[in-house]
Amino acid sequence: MIQSSPKSQTTYDAIIVGSGAGGGMAAYQLAVNGLKVLLLEAGRSYDPVRETPMFKLPREAPLRGAGSREKPFGFYDATVDGGWEVPGEPYTNAPGTDFRWWRARMLGGRTNHWGRISLRMGEYDFKPKTRDGLGADWPLAYQDLAPYYDRTEMLIGVYGGDDDLENTPRSSPGVLQPPPAPRAVELLTRKHAAPMGIPVIPAHLAIMTQRQDANRLPKLLHPGNPLAQRVLRDSMLQRQACFYATPCGNGCSIKANFQSTTVLLPPALATGNVDLVPDAMVREVTIGRDGKATGVHYIDKRTRTDRHVSARIVVLAASAAETARILLNSKSARFPNGVSNSSGLVGKYLMDTVGAGIGGQIPALEGLPPYNNDGASGMHMYVPWWLYKEQLAGKLGFARGYHIEFGGGRGQPGNGSFNFLEGVTEGAYGKAYKEAARRYYGSYVWFDGRGEMIPNEDSFCEIDPEVVDQWGIPVLRFTWKWSDHELKQAVHMQQTFAQIIEAMGGKVQGTVQTDGNKAIAKGGQIIHEVGTCRMGDDPRTSVLNPYCQSWDVKNLFVTDGAPFVSNADKNPTLSILALAWRTTDYILDQLSKREIG
Amino acid sequence: MAHDELPRREALKTLAAAASLPILGALPAEADAQQAPAGAAPRPAAAQPAQAPAVRTGPRGDAWDPDLINPKKDWPRKLTAAEMATLAALADMIIPADEKSPSASAVGAHHYINEHVSAPGASYERDLHRVRGGVSWLNLESQKRFQRSFVRLTSEQRTAICDDICYPPKAKPEFQAGARFFSLVRNLVGTGFYTTDAGMRDIGYVGNKPSLTWDLPPLEVRRKLGLE
Repeated sequence: MIQSSPKSQTTYDAIIVGSGAGGGMAAYQLAVNGLKVLLLEAGRSYDPVRETPMFKLPREAPLRGAGSREKPFGFYDATVDGGWEVPGEPYTNAPGTDFRWWRARMLGGRTNHWGRISLRMGEYDFKPKTRDGLGADWPLAYQDLAPYYDRTEMLIGVYGGDDDLENTPRSSPGVLQPPPAPRAVELLTRKHAAPMGIPVIPAHLAIMTQRQDANRLPKLLHPGNPLAQRVLRDSMLQRQACFYATPCGNGCSIKANFQSTTVLLPPALATGNVDLVPDAMVREVTIGRDGKATGVHYIDKRTRTDRHVSARIVVLAASAAETARILLNSKSARFPNGVSNSSGLVGKYLMDTVGAGIGGQIPALEGLPPYNNDGASGMHMYVPWWLYKEQLAGKLGFARGYHIEFGGGRGQPGNGSFNFLEGVTEGAYGKAYKEAARRYYGSYVWFDGRGEMIPNEDSFCEIDPEVVDQWGIPVLRFTWKWSDHELKQAVHMQQTFAQIIEAMGGKVQGTVQTDGNKAIAKGGQIIHEVGTCRMGDDPRTSVLNPYCQSWDVKNLFVTDGAPFVSNADKNPTLSILALAWRTTDYILDQLSKREIG
Repeated sequence: MAHDELPRREALKTLAAAASLPILGALPAEADAQQAPAGAAPRPAAAQPAQAPAVRTGPRGDAWDPDLINPKKDWPRKLTAAEMATLAALADMIIPADEKSPSASAVGAHHYINEHVSAPGASYERDLHRVRGGVSWLNLESQKRFQRSFVRLTSEQRTAICDDICYPPKAKPEFQAGARFFSLVRNLVGTGFYTTDAGMRDIGYVGNKPSLTWDLPPLEVRRKLGLE
């Protein structure tokens, strides 16, 4: 299915730039509906079946799996050729900014490394300005996306509970797979958090606890489409349920979790309608005399040559910042500020997620008999935001919420896992050190807040006027600023986690900050950047219409995180997938009505 | 364990079966026609590029894109045999053998230290100097106090030195450099020991085993945590 250069004489129906969540979903949906698709990926091809180091232990890796500049999340992390740095592909920061831009230069993009946390945005999340006067509203409501959430969850396989809490929607009956039983730390946390009014409920993760129903789901998801039903059925039959071992971050060769490379691309390619070209770094969208997109220019990284390919429609899904970069670099006499930028808003309202955390040592967890704590790699339980009413009443001093990700207990020993012993024992060595390791191993917990950032005028990306990457493409320059809402939220996170740890009878590790700047992660570090091409009802204040179609160029669409109007505390991947599916339905509708292409 | 364990052999069989499936992204263009599913539109031969350069489908094998299945771990080791002997002795002061598990050097923790300090990169080079300088300091201190190198000291003599350098916040000013060295070695030895089978067995890490089901923690654990 893969080829190194597109067919020279063929015009495609659609060019899709990027093979991650948004690009993978677009490629799948358009291909199963008969469109001829050219899928361009800036990174190398990647085969999770052959390349995933399942069961490998730290001792088998160089330096016992230590994280490094080249592999920030450890040697076995599935992200190859990527990270906060990519050789030869720099980005810059405006003075005073220290933004970190994560990129995954590989087939499947960031879906090969992510937490699999799949939380739906709720009713409030689509209309934040209506609710508290800040930021901007989405041009669609929860009800518009809810059916696509259902379908996406059935397509990719998501476990979760059926709790129905404020702004924390539940899926339709039968959509989710059962959540795995809680771990010891999760049960203990629930026991102590519940009396504080903090709900601990089953998390929603894109990991299968049972095999998908390959006979029922394809018919349900693609009624009347035999090609789609066939390729999806075949794909579902190749996926196994989670066997509760090995970290998701290494990738999953049994295809139990969601990666574009294991879930979306195989059925897309099986249609025979997709040509996939890796090592293809798109630099520009080209525009014809009629003002419509004609195709894209890309650099073939292997030959270092520039190529042009044509299609009836162009779909950008290169990641929020990279998509903005392509649009801003697509300058012409007609579009001197870049394509689809008549509003001047491409690159603006860049958001990430607020992150702050703290850990604790819990005496109750000391000296327990050995038990397997691995589970489904990610969380089995989490805490959704619970203070909506207090917040709306102005009691918290910051406008938006966060959810809590947490864990701990008897994890796999890795590089540095026992560095804590020096402090807790005040310098033990010898017999005392070994005894301390037995006593304290598994007695630590951690809590991480993941909160909503309100879009602001001071957080954006633009083209650096002076710097190009090794392919000659002008690079992005970031400007970043948290508002008081995010800084106060980060402080609230640490204070809350400290209270939970103390309620568990534990001792907080590290300092609970009262200065938000010291508590909060840097912009980009949570790797949830969205919002550079926001959608809206008004072409003067948005880049895309309510279907992620460019206001300026009718046959140009965006299906990654760039269209996001706000960045709720809900991790963005599930919403990117659902929104991409909705966009492809619109594309097919518009094509059938001959409105585009 | 409370839950049924899928034998590792079975899991490996599953993986082997999965690995024999058509490999995504690894097929040469010529294979397309054979791999295309029945019913897919046939691809005209003329549409194939005449001479497609090979697509890079696997790892480059460098630091940015290492082979994760068969990692290369080799770079020249920098520590001398004498330095290694001193480190082995110190490692065993930190993690001695006992009834439950062997000593750090018995599972090669000092070799991991050598791997670490010999690795390319500024932070590893910084640790190389700290370890080398620390080993020299340790032997000088041993000579000064007991007129022998560290490896030839008795356990009591070694303990006398280690007690002075085992915790930087409490070490006297003249032992600060030694204490920083000891801290680094303790952390490296901890990693070098507890990431091995013997180390994992010692602390009771029992994961990384495939299982068909996932159950609540064992009853005994729930009882001890008051979770019933």
